[in-house]
This record gives sequence, C-alpha cells and structure tokens, in this order.
Amino acid sequence: MALLDVAGLTKHFVRKPGLFGKTSVVKAVDDVTFSIDEGEMFGLVGESGSGKSTTGRCILRLMEPTSGQVRFKGEDVLAFSRERMRQARRDMQIVFQDPYSSLNPRMRVRDIVEEPLVIHSLGSRDERRARVSQLFELVGLEPAHLERYPHEFSGGQRQRIGIARALALNPAFVIADEAVSALDVSIQAQVVKLLLDLQAQLTLTYLFIAHDLRLVEHICGRVAVMYRGRIVEMGNTKAIFAQPTHPYTKALLSAIPVLDPDAPRTRIELDPASFDHAASLKPVGGGHWAAV
Amino acid sequence: MAAPLLDVQHLTVSFGGPSPAVDDVSFQIAAGETLGVVGESGSGKSVTAFSILRLLQPPGRVTGGKVIFEGRDLLTLSESEMRDVRGARISLIFQEPMTALNPVMRVGDQIAEALTVHGRSRAEAQARAVELLDAVRISDAARRARDYPHQLSGGMRQRAMIAIALACHPPLIIADEPTTALDVTIQAQVLDLLRELKTRFNLALLLITHDFGVIAEMADRVAVMYRGRLVEEGPVRAILRDPQHEYTQSLLAAVPGMAKPGGGAR
Repeated sequence: MALLDVAGLTKHFVRKPGLFGKTSVVKAVDDVTFSIDEGEMFGLVGESGSGKSTTGRCILRLMEPTSGQVRFKGEDVLAFSRERMRQARRDMQIVFQDPYSSLNPRMRVRDIVEEPLVIHSLGSRDERRARVSQLFELVGLEPAHLERYPHEFSGGQRQRIGIARALALNPAFVIADEAVSALDVSIQAQVVKLLLDLQAQLTLTYLFIAHDLRLVEHICGRVAVMYRGRIVEMGNTKAIFAQPTHPYTKALLSAIPVLDPDAPRTRIELDPASFDHAASLKPVGGGHWAAV
Repeated sequence: MAAPLLDVQHLTVSFGGPSPAVDDVSFQIAAGETLGVVGESGSGKSVTAFSILRLLQPPGRVTGGKVIFEGRDLLTLSESEMRDVRGARISLIFQEPMTALNPVMRVGDQIAEALTVHGRSRAEAQARAVELLDAVRISDAARRARDYPHQLSGGMRQRAMIAIALACHPPLIIADEPTTALDVTIQAQVLDLLRELKTRFNLALLLITHDFGVIAEMADRVAVMYRGRLVEEGPVRAILRDPQHEYTQSLLAAVPGMAKPGGGAR
C-alpha cells in the first residue's frame, strides 16, 4: 500500500497586478498526482521554478495547496486540524537544502536536535539527552561536539545535524529538498550514503527533491520529472533514463554533461511549441508514464 | 613551441593563516587553449584566478611566484598598467551574474562601458555592444541592450556577462564557475556558446569548476587543486581515464552515477 498518495495537487499564486497590469495566476503546482510506497526513495526532479519544492511544502502543509488531495497512511492530511497536523508532522519531516540558513546560529547543536522532542513533550530531560546523543552517533557525528554551535561545523556536518533533527521524532517519511545540492561532490556522496543507510536501518520512505539528474539516477528507484508545475514523465528511473519519452525529459537528459570527452554530444533543444502542456500522463511502457 | 600565453610560476598566496591558500602552484596556458581547474570549495582555485588579475582582497596577499602574461610579470606591474590588462587582455566571468552586473545600469551601457574604459568613443561602443549581444546569441539585441539585468533570465544574464568579457577581444578569459548557478539545460546552452566563441575568437580559457562533467565537455587540459596545491595536471582524457593522484581518483569516484575511471558503472 502506498504510504503517501498525492492526487490532483495544485498550488496557484496570484500575482498582484502592477499599476495597470491585470491579475495573473501562476500555476506553481498544477494537477500533480503520484504515490510513494513504504520504504521507497522517490525522486522528484526539475529545474528552478518547476514547482518541485512547492510540491514538497504543500504535502507537509508548510504551504496550503489550492486544491487536491494528500493522503498519508490512508488519512486525508489536508483535512487535519491544526493540532492533528502538528501530531502528523512527527511522522513527516523535511531536510532543507541550505545547511547554513536552516540551523539557528544561536543555538547549540544539542538544542537544535533536541527541540522537536521538546516541542512534542517527549521523554524526560535525561531521556531526551540520551536520544540526542544516539541521533548524533546515528548520523556519524561526534557526541563530544554536541555543545558546539552550527558555525563550528562544515557544510556536510551541518547537513548531518539537519538530518539528525529531522529523525529525532522517528518519522516514517522524510522529504529531502535539495538536501545535498549545496555540498561538494565528495561530501555529497557521504551524505547520500548516510541517507541510504538510514533508509535501510530505520525503514524510511523518502521524497528526494533534486535538480541533479545524475544523483537521482543513482539512488531513486522511481522518479517524476516536473516542468512548469506539471509532472511530464514518471516511472521507473532506469526506464526513463534509458528511454526518455517526453520532449522535456529528452532535452533535460541530453543537457547533462558527460564525463567522457569523446562521447558524442547530441543536445536536444526543447521546443515548447512541440508539445501539449495540458496533456495528461499516459502509459508508455511498463511502469512508465509520459504526458504525450 | 611558442611561449605560453599565460605562465604561472610557483604562485603562493597567503591569507595570514598557518598554511598558504595557494601553495607553489605552476601551470601554463597556450593561446586558444582551455585549461580546466577543478577542486572543491576552499581548494584555492578561485584565489588563484583572482591572484592572476590582482583582485585579491586583503588580508589575501601574493607572497611568492610569478604570473607571466604576454611576456610581462603581472605581479610587478603598476596599478594603472594592470588596469590596461584587466578587461582588455584578460577578462573575468563570475558565477553569479546578478551580483556581478550593475543592477541600475542598462545591459548595453555596461558592455559599452567596458569599451569606453579602454578608449573607444561612446557612439562606437554603443553600436558594438549590440553586436556583442548578438554574438552571444541574445535575440532582439538592440532592444535587449536597453534592458536592466533584472529583466533578463539567468541564462541571458550570463550571456550578457560573456558579452562584456568579450568586448575588447581579450586573448584570455578566466571563467570562475560560469554555469554553476544555472539550470542544466541553460548550462548546456552557455557551454555551447563558450565553445563556439572560443573557436571564433581563438580565445584561451581558464575554466574554474567543481564539475568534472563540465571539464570533460570543455577542457583540453585539467589541473586538479586540493588544499591550495596543484596535485595533478594533464590532458583531459588522461586525467579522466587514468587519474594518478589519490585525491583525483576519489573526486571522480564521487561524481554521482558516473562510470568509474577504468570502466564499469557504479
């Protein structure tokens, strides 16, 4: 059974008119439907402004969607009361892109990781402290460094702190929103390995939001490609990379730099007039859909 | 072989810390050649570029070495002689076009400024600015020249910055992570453009990047920097297929989803 079911998710932003302008509506997320199975790492890829982060935020209701459905463990998340939503967030967490701005610089990292436990009034002080040390070890940080402040850590270490904080409440589902995009490639590899290890160890389910297709190809079993607010292609990662079907996916994949200087370069330019932007997903192969 | 266009010898830069930010770095670039400098944050690659143009901010200071360009050591030039080199003989393209461009000046005027500073008349510079925007494949160049940077997309801004860099036909352009802030499809367009312009104007390019994919697409030779030192240098194929230094090997192995050197997918 799917852990997360997103159906027809839509988020519109109304652009305020200028002096003589007309009100316009930006469809940041436009009728997005996908589901994620338990224990899966599902990739959501697209370029800046494609709506992938907005989708993540709407799922957690960090932003209220305009319409659509989000079901988590069978329950309708968008119908939750404020209090029920607060409870639900114990099970649904997010790791942000920028480990520099997402950690409070004035808090010791111990308190940053402990904070979710305090907010949800879990455990005694000693139990919470023990849990924080345990989390620190889990993400590969020295418990001796718990009293330090975020600026005393490198980017990769800060991202581990963000992950420890996200895991504090033992969630079933974690959204990694460009969680490794700001890191150097060698550090990125370490943090990705940590995410995969944790997934196996804690049976986590991930929504992995990224713009780097090379990374997604490597770690996600299934992937959805977003373009201008809509999912234009979705399915088995191997199938999509082997046989991209939507013109946008083709252009996107052909733009990835190849590590071989002698590889033939066949860039496919995207012609936005060449496809129907309103087309819905149709099966194009086993476990593979495209909006063509 | 003729003397290289740029010959950096034993360059050492200190920020006053215990170990130098750039430590005894030497490399050469021939006319028309692309040297890719690759390394992670803090490896000293950008500091090297800024030192060549003498744009280091204190406390950064070149403490040793030579930067021979067109037969002169740039490190011994007066500030006014150096101003004649910057932009005219060596120009610089930054990562973030929005902070590198002047937000309150029209794009065409910013390109023209690069020309008037180096002695062209205003009218001539304005006309040339439109030509340059056209050369970097910005459509409707005459109209775009009157736009401000915020009216352009990220890719167009980077093209405008390339137009400024090209204005005086310099033989060498230093590009510091020129496509890092761009989406992959826009990056591909900008890299294609740089390749085309290189051939057309016989440009030499010092390309600084952390992305081995960009290196593979663009560079003739590669220099790998690690903690201020140049740990490996050679032709792009040799480095990508048979990296000798342990650090280069680990860097290549960390590139996600890429075939490992020596074949075999991860």
